[in-house]
Amino acid sequence: MRISVARTVALLAASSAALAITACAPPEKESAASNSDAAKAVSVSDLGGLDKLVEAAKKEGQLNVIALPPDWANYGEIIKAFNTKYGIKVNSAQPDASSQDEINAANQLKGQDGAPDVFDLSGAVASANTSMFAPYKVATWDDVPAALKDANGTWVNDYGGYMSIGYDASKVPAPQSVADLLKPEFKGKVALNGDPTQAGAAFSGVVMAALGNGGSADDVSKGIDFFGQLKKAGNFLPVDPTSTTVESGQTPVVIDWDYLNVAQGAKLQGKLDWKTVVPSNAVVGSYYVQAISKDAPHPAAARLWQEFLYSDEGQNLWLGGGARPVRADAMVKAGTLDQAAYGKLPVTSGEPVFLTDPQTAKAKESLAANWAKAVG
Amino acid sequence: MTVVTPHPDPVAPAPGVRPAPAARRRISLPGRDLLGVVPFFAFIVLFLAIPTLVVVIGAFTGDGGGFTLDNLSAIGTSYIMEAFGRSILLSAVTAAIGAVLGGLLAYALVTAKPDGVLRRVVTSASGVLAQFGGVTLAFAFVATIGLSGFVTVFLRDHLGINIYAHGVWLFELPGLLLVYTYFQVPLMVIVFLPALDGIRPQWREAAESLGGSTWQYWRMVAMPLLAPPFLGSTLLLFANAFSAYATAAALVSQGSPIIPLQIRGALTSEVILGQQNLGKAMALGMIVVVALVMWLYAVLQRRSSRWLG
Repeated sequence: MRISVARTVALLAASSAALAITACAPPEKESAASNSDAAKAVSVSDLGGLDKLVEAAKKEGQLNVIALPPDWANYGEIIKAFNTKYGIKVNSAQPDASSQDEINAANQLKGQDGAPDVFDLSGAVASANTSMFAPYKVATWDDVPAALKDANGTWVNDYGGYMSIGYDASKVPAPQSVADLLKPEFKGKVALNGDPTQAGAAFSGVVMAALGNGGSADDVSKGIDFFGQLKKAGNFLPVDPTSTTVESGQTPVVIDWDYLNVAQGAKLQGKLDWKTVVPSNAVVGSYYVQAISKDAPHPAAARLWQEFLYSDEGQNLWLGGGARPVRADAMVKAGTLDQAAYGKLPVTSGEPVFLTDPQTAKAKESLAANWAKAVG
Repeated sequence: MTVVTPHPDPVAPAPGVRPAPAARRRISLPGRDLLGVVPFFAFIVLFLAIPTLVVVIGAFTGDGGGFTLDNLSAIGTSYIMEAFGRSILLSAVTAAIGAVLGGLLAYALVTAKPDGVLRRVVTSASGVLAQFGGVTLAFAFVATIGLSGFVTVFLRDHLGINIYAHGVWLFELPGLLLVYTYFQVPLMVIVFLPALDGIRPQWREAAESLGGSTWQYWRMVAMPLLAPPFLGSTLLLFANAFSAYATAAALVSQGSPIIPLQIRGALTSEVILGQQNLGKAMALGMIVVVALVMWLYAVLQRRSSRWLG
């Protein structure tokens, strides 16, 4: 008998579709990882102390982190220190990814060995995905202010900073306020780290511009207008700043978190005079969020990583990168904070503003509708 | 084309040998000739059919699951419509420029020696450049006419010309126009050259021997013949620019002027969440636009293939 061409093609298509679908869905193996004691542990005492946790983590031997750029809050050094201290291999995936990319990766790689163990997220993404986190309270839990953690330990703020203006002192005069950036000396020189409808840092940059331009945390439209004016004046530079663009002089002024600008300055010492200023009376602060993935392939290593980050050593490493660690106040009292690094942080004047959830939601709507118009 | 001289049929019976009985011949299995295309179909299903399905289903799925038309109606919001408009404008303009310049270049090549150095060099270069895109292409432009690009710096320091006096256009829509044109021209050369090769010199000779002028030959013979492939190639260029993403993504980081960048924002934004399905709805909109263009292309191809056998 002869099978018609059309039928063969249909059969083939159907069978390969079936194949593809099965190929796309990895077998939901009940991995040993998600059933281990470590995966259920909500504190180090559940496992019988830190030594036991270290032992379990060493047995796993690996840790998957994602979206941690080496020059962001000192993560390069932190990963190195963790690896040296415990001999655990840290696999750092997609260093330049966004917080949403971290969540996407966890969903796409679920049940696989390459899935992320831990997250470092912006507040908005973290609060939208709490069901993906495993609650865990680090040994230094009590040092973290109540406002900066989830009561069950589902997530904890880790480090924060203030929005700042980084600038190459040899190319531009020192800006004192947000409005200074509109001056002709800044023509074609002012960059914002990312698109504020996509990146948390840029979003806070617009909030800073709003505060410095007569707006408030409740109304960021003044910030969007400011960037519109900056664009009209020819001062706004639609380039995504990186350490490369700063070093090559393409982005002489960068609006970004102070810890990133400070780290930039430290890195380029001797090559460039990169200074950081937090504009007066436009101080916008924000903390990032740490969480452990519920589906972590290396649950013990994930928990050990948290213990390390929230130990004095880990906190001081973040501080060394110019970020303000969440335990800073408690460590000042205890005298364990690295004072030299603390003294290098940019001076701030005025009351820092932290956006509430409703304010954030309103600002997002305003940005989604108007940002592209202002700078497009 | 190499000409193959027919060699004696190996299975033909030698003189004086009785042919084997028919029963001993190999029977061809039904569908055996289709086996060769299995990998192709599998590939198409995996990388075209399934993703398309995912996009279509996602476009009609709400944030919490369930059927909804919200995503499609959200496409109507001003900034998305404007991005569609800019995408179509960018694709149309670069396709038109690429078609004219590429068409002229292809014509120049046809008049050159068919196996000469010039033609070989230009066609191979076009083959490479038509596929030259993404980060490498963006970087090439940043390195030459970026803010610290060597051409920019040379013009500024030696001739006092500031090409960015009125804003940094390279990272906005005008920059995309320039960069896209860069890969549209060579693509036009590649797709349009075969049509020009199909024009036979005898036709021109015939026109001339019948007393036709050059203008008449072009107007009454060459143009009608070349119009369908020319338009078809232009439409292909349009689709090529419309769906290009990597180059724009590497170049533009603010404001997402075109639709592929809006989709990127919807999928990866860490500020505005829960837009994944809106991104799929925008992708569906792109599929519709490209499908229309491709349908036009197919119609034109049918017209032209009757002429150029």
